[in-house]
Amino acid sequence: MTDANPTNDGQRFARLPEAPADREVEGRASRREVLDWWHERFGIDPSVFEGYSFWEKGAGKVWIFNGEATDPSEVEAIGMTFLRTRQEHWKPTGRAVSRFGHHATTNVIELDPAQASRFAAGEDQDLPEWDGDWGYLIATHEIAGGQAPIGVGLYLYDELRSVVPKGSRADLPVME
Amino acid sequence: MNPLERYEPLVDDAAAFRAACDRPLPSVVRVNGIAASPARVREAFDEEGVAYEPVEWHDGLFRLPDGNPGGNWPYVHGWTHGQEEVSVLPGLALDPQPGERVWDACAAPGSKTTQIADAMDDDGTVVANDNNLGRLSALRHNAERLGVTNAIVTNQDARNFSTKPLAFDEFDRALVDAPCSCEGTCRKNPDVVDQWTLDHVHGVAGIQKGILARAVQATRPGGTVVYSTCTFAPEENEAVLDHVLANEDCEIVDVDLPLDTVPGVTEWDGETFDDSVTRAHRIYPHHNDTGGFFCAKLRVGGDENTEVGA
Repeated sequence: MTDANPTNDGQRFARLPEAPADREVEGRASRREVLDWWHERFGIDPSVFEGYSFWEKGAGKVWIFNGEATDPSEVEAIGMTFLRTRQEHWKPTGRAVSRFGHHATTNVIELDPAQASRFAAGEDQDLPEWDGDWGYLIATHEIAGGQAPIGVGLYLYDELRSVVPKGSRADLPVME
Repeated sequence: MNPLERYEPLVDDAAAFRAACDRPLPSVVRVNGIAASPARVREAFDEEGVAYEPVEWHDGLFRLPDGNPGGNWPYVHGWTHGQEEVSVLPGLALDPQPGERVWDACAAPGSKTTQIADAMDDDGTVVANDNNLGRLSALRHNAERLGVTNAIVTNQDARNFSTKPLAFDEFDRALVDAPCSCEGTCRKNPDVVDQWTLDHVHGVAGIQKGILARAVQATRPGGTVVYSTCTFAPEENEAVLDHVLANEDCEIVDVDLPLDTVPGVTEWDGETFDDSVTRAHRIYPHHNDTGGFFCAKLRVGGDENTEVGA
C-alpha cells in the first residue's frame, strides 16, 4: 500500500507488516509483535507459526491463514480469527487456543473434571490456588491420554472467568 | 404425488427403497483429523460413556445411537463434526491433496469444506463459496470450530464466479455439491418430500448446469471436478452431466466409492444421455442404509494421459 495516509479498512483483509518499522497503517500490529506476544504470554515458539500469514480486518481483529491470498483481500473470511489487538490487553480467540493451545507452556491452567465442565458451561469459578499471572489464560483438561485446551479464561482476583462465547458453551458430564 | 414414486422404475426393489426412505437416519460424526485421530476420539467417547458404533467403510466415521452429536467433549474440542455418512463421498471422490488450490462452489454449511481442508492437512487453499450470506455464517462457524486455517470464504453466485479476489485464476480441483431438490435427505428431513415440485426440479437443474460449467472452466486442464447432489432426479443428475459434457471440455472418469452404488441412467422421461454417465454413482437408501445421493467425477480438458492431480 502506497497511500500517503493509509488507514485501516474494515471491509477488506490486509496483511500485517513484518515488523514495527514496516508499519504503514497506524495502530496495526506487526507479525513480529504477534509472534512475540504468543511467545511471551504462552511460551509458544514462533516457529509454530512459520508457514502462516496474519491479516487484519476491522478494528484490531487479526486472522491467521495458511494459504495463498492477495493483499489486500476483499473476501468474507481468510483463515480463522486469531487475536484481538488495538486494546491494552491483547486477547486470543477461543478458536486460536483450541487450534494452537497445545503448544503452550506458560499461563496454562489445568482444570479438574468438575472445573472443566463448569468452564465449558461458561461459569465463573473461584480458583485461589492459581499462583501464576493474572489476565488471559488457556484452560485445559485431561482427556483421552493428554491435556486438551477448552478455551480462554480471564483470571482476576482469585477467580477464573470463562470467556467461552455463548454459542460455544456446552453442558457436559464431569469425566472422572 | 409423492415424488419418490417416480423413481421406483429406477430401483431394483421399490418396496425396500420406500421402506428405507421412511426410516430415520442415525446421527453420524466425522472425525476432524486436523484436531484428533479416530483412536483418540474413540478413547474420549469411552471415557465419557458416549455410545458409538464404527462405520464399516470409513474409520473416521462413528454412528451415535443416542443422538446428540454436539453434546460431548470431543465435539467441544472440535474433534468431531456431525455429518451424514453418505455426504463424505464427494470429498473422497475429489481426493484433494496438501498444497493444492481447491474450490468448493456451494460450500455452506461447510461439512464438505472442512472435510476437504482435513484431507489437505490444512495446507494449500480451499476457497469456500456460497451465494447465501446467511448460510455463510454457519460455514464460518464450522470452519473455525474445526480449526481450519487454509480456507478463504467468498460470497458469489457460483455460475459466474470470479477469481479476481484470489491469488490465482484456476483450481486444481473443484467440488460442486449442488443445491437440489434433496429427496435423498428425506430420512433426515421428511418435509422435502411434501415440498417437492417438478417446476423446482427444472428450475434448479438450470442452476446446476451453470455452476458445473463454471467449475469446469475454472479448473486447470487435467484437474478434477466432482459433481454431487442428494436427489434421485435424473433431470438434476445425469441430464446436468450430459449438458456439461456437450458444452465444456471435460469427461466423466471412473471412481471407486466404498459403498454399494448403481450406475447413472442413460434414459429418463424420453431423454437419452451420454453413455459415460454410467460412470456416475447413484446411492439408494436401501442398499447401504444411508441417505440417497449422486456423485460423479470429471477430468477437465487436456489429453487422455494428463493424470488427475498431477
